[in-house]
Amino acid sequence: MFEIFRKERLAEGVCRMEVHAPLAARHARAGQFVILRVEEGGERIPLTISAADRARGTISLVFQTVGATTSSLARKACGDKLKGVVGPLGVPTDIRGVHRAIVAGGGVGCAIALPVARELHEAGAEVVSVIGFREKSLVILEEDFAACSDRVIVTTDDGSYGECGNVTAPLSRLLREDFDAVYVIGPLPMMKAVAEATRPYGVKTIASMNPIMIDGTGMCGCCRVRVGGEVKFACVDGPDFDAHLVDFDEIMQRNRTYSDFEAREREKDCRLLRGGNL
Amino acid sequence: MSEVDPSERILNFDEAALGYTEDEAASEAQRCIACKNAPCVSGCPVGVDIPAFLRLLSERKFEEAYAVITETSCLPAVCGRVCPQETQCEGSCTRGRNGDPVAIGGLERFLADRFRDAPLPSEILPAKNRRVAVVGSGPAGLACAGELVRRGYPVTVFEALHEAGGVLAYGIPAFRLPKDIVRREVEKLRALGVEFVCDAVIGKSLHLFELLGEEGFDAVFLGTGAGLPRFLGIAGEGAAGVFSANEYLTRINLMRAYEEGAKTPIYRARHAVVVGGGNVAMDAARCARRLGAEVTVVYRRSEEELPARREEVIRAKEEGIAFRFLASPVEILSENGRVSKICCEEMALGEAEGGRRVPVGTGKLFSIGTDCVILALGTSPNLLAADGLKRGTHGILVDADGRTSMQGVFAGGDAVTGSATVILAMGAGKRAAAAIDEYLSAL
Repeated sequence: MFEIFRKERLAEGVCRMEVHAPLAARHARAGQFVILRVEEGGERIPLTISAADRARGTISLVFQTVGATTSSLARKACGDKLKGVVGPLGVPTDIRGVHRAIVAGGGVGCAIALPVARELHEAGAEVVSVIGFREKSLVILEEDFAACSDRVIVTTDDGSYGECGNVTAPLSRLLREDFDAVYVIGPLPMMKAVAEATRPYGVKTIASMNPIMIDGTGMCGCCRVRVGGEVKFACVDGPDFDAHLVDFDEIMQRNRTYSDFEAREREKDCRLLRGGNL
Repeated sequence: MSEVDPSERILNFDEAALGYTEDEAASEAQRCIACKNAPCVSGCPVGVDIPAFLRLLSERKFEEAYAVITETSCLPAVCGRVCPQETQCEGSCTRGRNGDPVAIGGLERFLADRFRDAPLPSEILPAKNRRVAVVGSGPAGLACAGELVRRGYPVTVFEALHEAGGVLAYGIPAFRLPKDIVRREVEKLRALGVEFVCDAVIGKSLHLFELLGEEGFDAVFLGTGAGLPRFLGIAGEGAAGVFSANEYLTRINLMRAYEEGAKTPIYRARHAVVVGGGNVAMDAARCARRLGAEVTVVYRRSEEELPARREEVIRAKEEGIAFRFLASPVEILSENGRVSKICCEEMALGEAEGGRRVPVGTGKLFSIGTDCVILALGTSPNLLAADGLKRGTHGILVDADGRTSMQGVFAGGDAVTGSATVILAMGAGKRAAAAIDEYLSAL
């Protein structure tokens, strides 16, 4: 179990892996995630399921190396085994009654947005995907989006590919037309910006939250998010919430709880890779 | 029982109470006056034959004494440590009316530790062909699995986390319950034939109807515990540095974040305020102390009403933990997104309403400077696995034998009662095992 069947580099520091995890693959739906452990004694980290293949008993994960655990995951090769994968966790993305939708992805968040676009497309909805990246070399999954969208708009912050700027500009343009829903998945500041951009139009906007988690079953409460003044747990009540009600500032603050530790671990990891002394 | 000196024990997570020597144990057991009606036994939720094991122990027949306990309890090393004996067996001990009761818990622990590597009794009834799934590997699940496997049933235990033990693994710190003890108890059940499947969330990875359908189980026991933490619902609770006790303790106990080189981070506070007065609050406070923090426990009633075990409160105080009684948090303040202060209202005790006296606000506010707030406000049942089952006042609705509203599905422990004790959960697991046996025998 948990053998890596396929590994593919999508962009600098971004990797796609197909992992044998039949229990997680069996009921996986768009928007759900797994908790993964790379090594014995390792951290438990949440990663969203990018695709699932029930017949092969596998799930695909797309991740960016941001910390020590994702770095050690990136160092695993085909045929290696992960220590544990548990899921699918969280509530699947609700696409009921949506006929025209915008799917907005930011950076590696596009990997999470992709299954949502795919599910909408398969349900017969019209899908416009707006995917944003920092620069050309970081653009991922454009073809995958094209395969399940009626239109794809790519943006880069520096204008090196597609439209120059972030996703909010094309989004505001699109919103002059009628859409049933906007699904947004990406870094917190991006989701906050999208929520502000769609708010004046009153269009239902769903954000997929990615807070710190341990168990993924509602036990630790560290993934709590304030939604419309109420405390919700992203792992069991989410990860999708009404973006117009989410308190983004609070969760941005709390996601920095362990930033010192993470910086130290990253530093250790870099020295390890450079072959220096620990 | 001798204990490690407080100044030393706050430097590590090793067990604080050291246990009895042979001589100490035998002479303590001799203090039992063998009352005819054995009030201690009726005080024990699983009904261990206490006078019998004490007599054998006083005669230094250690093996026989241990066998008496394991006849009824499959987790003696755990119960000897974490049962609230003062309100159970020891609370009803006749010797306690005039002086100290017989230290039944300590003696149980002595025997369990002496035979820590001995297998559990293995007279297993003839093998049966009906399979049982147990959901959750905490005290209720382990007791249920142990009882069923002895009755001859193939049992598979599903655990959502990556290690078996439930609250024994993630909740209770090593200085109260060393983790190798939990692992050993699980191994003993495995040796009897219980299969453990970790990293499986019932209700997500597999559903109840699948366990009873294509997965081929004939009955299911839900011992999923009370894992959902409560929050205060006050302003500032979302700041960095505010944790549920569950999160804080899970990082320490399950993820061993306190160890050098750990991959899971833990917040190292200069000063921690723990809100609550139960055992979990004491555990969190003592953990924070061991991680180098000055600690203040804030509790809204007075010392007399503290729900934590007396010995844990005493140990906490010995370790230099301060208590601020009659105080209730009203707001958590932060600077640059991190906790800086907790503002509380001074409380007074009003009339008793069905038990403890109710704290009432005085309107007087004060604040404590702190960089960490840990909330130990109790937990409620996690009903992720209980889809389609009727719910009662506290959790899953069951009858006296643990039958739920769905045929073939049983439940017990905190998932039914809300957060209670290890031993009550074990008792419920055992009773449900008997009911499951009866149900399967009639199929």
